[in-house]
Amino acid sequence: MSLIEIKNLTKQFDLDGTTVTALNNVSLHIEKGDIFGIIGMSGAGKSTLVRSINFLERPSEGSVRIDGVDLAELSEKELRQKRSGIGMIFQNFNLLEQKNVLDNICFPLEITGVKKKEAKVRAQELLKLVKLQEKEKAYPSQLSGGQKQRVAIARALATNPQILLCDEATSALDPQTTASILALLREINEELGITIVIITHSMAVVTEVCKRVAIIDGGRLVEEGPVREIFENPKSDAAKELISGKEIRYTPTENLNTGRRIRIVFLENSAYEPVIANVILKFAVPVNILRADTRNVSGKALGEMILGLPEGEELQNDIIEYLKETGLAVSEVNENE
Amino acid sequence: MNEQVIKMLWKGIGDTLYMTLGSVLLGYVVGLPLGILLCVTGKKGLKPNAAVYHILDFICNIIRSVPFLILLILLIPFTRWVVGQSYGSTATIVPLVICAAPYIARVVESSLNEVDAGVIEAAKAMGANNIQIITKVLLVEAKTSLMTGFTITTGLLLGYSAMSGTVGGGGLGDIAVRYGYYRWQTDIMLVTVLLLIIIFQIIQNVGTKVSAHFDHRKR
Repeated sequence: MSLIEIKNLTKQFDLDGTTVTALNNVSLHIEKGDIFGIIGMSGAGKSTLVRSINFLERPSEGSVRIDGVDLAELSEKELRQKRSGIGMIFQNFNLLEQKNVLDNICFPLEITGVKKKEAKVRAQELLKLVKLQEKEKAYPSQLSGGQKQRVAIARALATNPQILLCDEATSALDPQTTASILALLREINEELGITIVIITHSMAVVTEVCKRVAIIDGGRLVEEGPVREIFENPKSDAAKELISGKEIRYTPTENLNTGRRIRIVFLENSAYEPVIANVILKFAVPVNILRADTRNVSGKALGEMILGLPEGEELQNDIIEYLKETGLAVSEVNENE
Repeated sequence: MNEQVIKMLWKGIGDTLYMTLGSVLLGYVVGLPLGILLCVTGKKGLKPNAAVYHILDFICNIIRSVPFLILLILLIPFTRWVVGQSYGSTATIVPLVICAAPYIARVVESSLNEVDAGVIEAAKAMGANNIQIITKVLLVEAKTSLMTGFTITTGLLLGYSAMSGTVGGGGLGDIAVRYGYYRWQTDIMLVTVLLLIIIFQIIQNVGTKVSAHFDHRKR
């Protein structure tokens, strides 16, 4: 049994008389102990999806089960209890501005009726975990974005949840702070065994920390699987776009457009071979490197390249075949997406 | 100015403060829950309820659209029924409260509506119920704005309490009308006006200082 089971979830909103479908028949299983990424462009429906997991949004159709319990069958009171076992952090942190750091972390405990003294002890433990002990008495307005998110994480963990939902938690942060927050999330996952669901529009966040990923496009689940598999071999247009689409637009394609472009991902063993040089020698044709990069995918460094192939379909197919034989993941890059 | 006049002015100050503060406090007893109810039942509230909202909204607008002086006269029978007489400072508190309550409700509603929706969502995600969200999130996060509203309301009621002097309401306004207007004693009128200005300044400055002191958003 999966920890989170989403089945045929559909969510429709009524916007000024017209019905908008935010989610369309989404089914998803998230296992205990996973770090699960849900990625999509803005407006794809991922925020609605994460809010369905704790029923901040009630689905129009379909069901959400947490630990085997169908949330739709719970009373308001039972649902609130369930929610206190699911932590959530947000893009804008959503801390109580008029309470200091310690009181913010005590807040969810206060709600569940824990004594003030016990709550304080727990809050101090959590501050140590997020490395902000010295900020106990500070107010949110005195903290940086990264510090605020650390407080929010501590607050979300106060009630010992088994799930942590992250709604664009790093989107308001700079790259370095993002990296440190993601490292903290990984630490929480490994040390406390908390299942983490990360909503993001950034593939870098997914490759950095997630184990599995689901891609949402236009309210539909278009692709799902282990991050590395999807990074190497994206099948859906949305996945390709998210992985490399934007960067390709940066290259001046008028001059470099050789008709057909492919994306190759270097797996571990092939990274030692001079693959491009071998192609050039073997086929005696020039190959254009339009883009090259190394990325950290689930803790492993993977090389990524966009190549412009020479004219001639047969030749192109031969090259692709050869590259595949050497153990590279090869995928087509669509024209003018 | 002789001793008698000074004594009378002291009593006037006392009566004015009694009416102002009495009506503000009683006004909040009615207006605060009403304001919370308006916020909660509003379109984007915690528990939207169009019927309840529109009824409260309508009542508030009706009372607020009647000029205070007219309300004062209209309410004379009611005041007499509540207090036993229709003149004097205690009697004046009745129309002042009725005038203030819907005003306070509006001020409270707008303060609470300003609370960041994200913070409310976070509280919901933690499993807070609506009562907890009202008492531990809305009222706490809006406290600076609520205090500013309290100060503005107090200043407004100070002015209204003086206005009630025209129908024998007591306090500094009463003195100003009786001596300054009916008896042509301009000096007494000027002194009462000066006293009202001083009281208003004190209320406003203390209010601003206190709300700034409790505001942790910007430091």
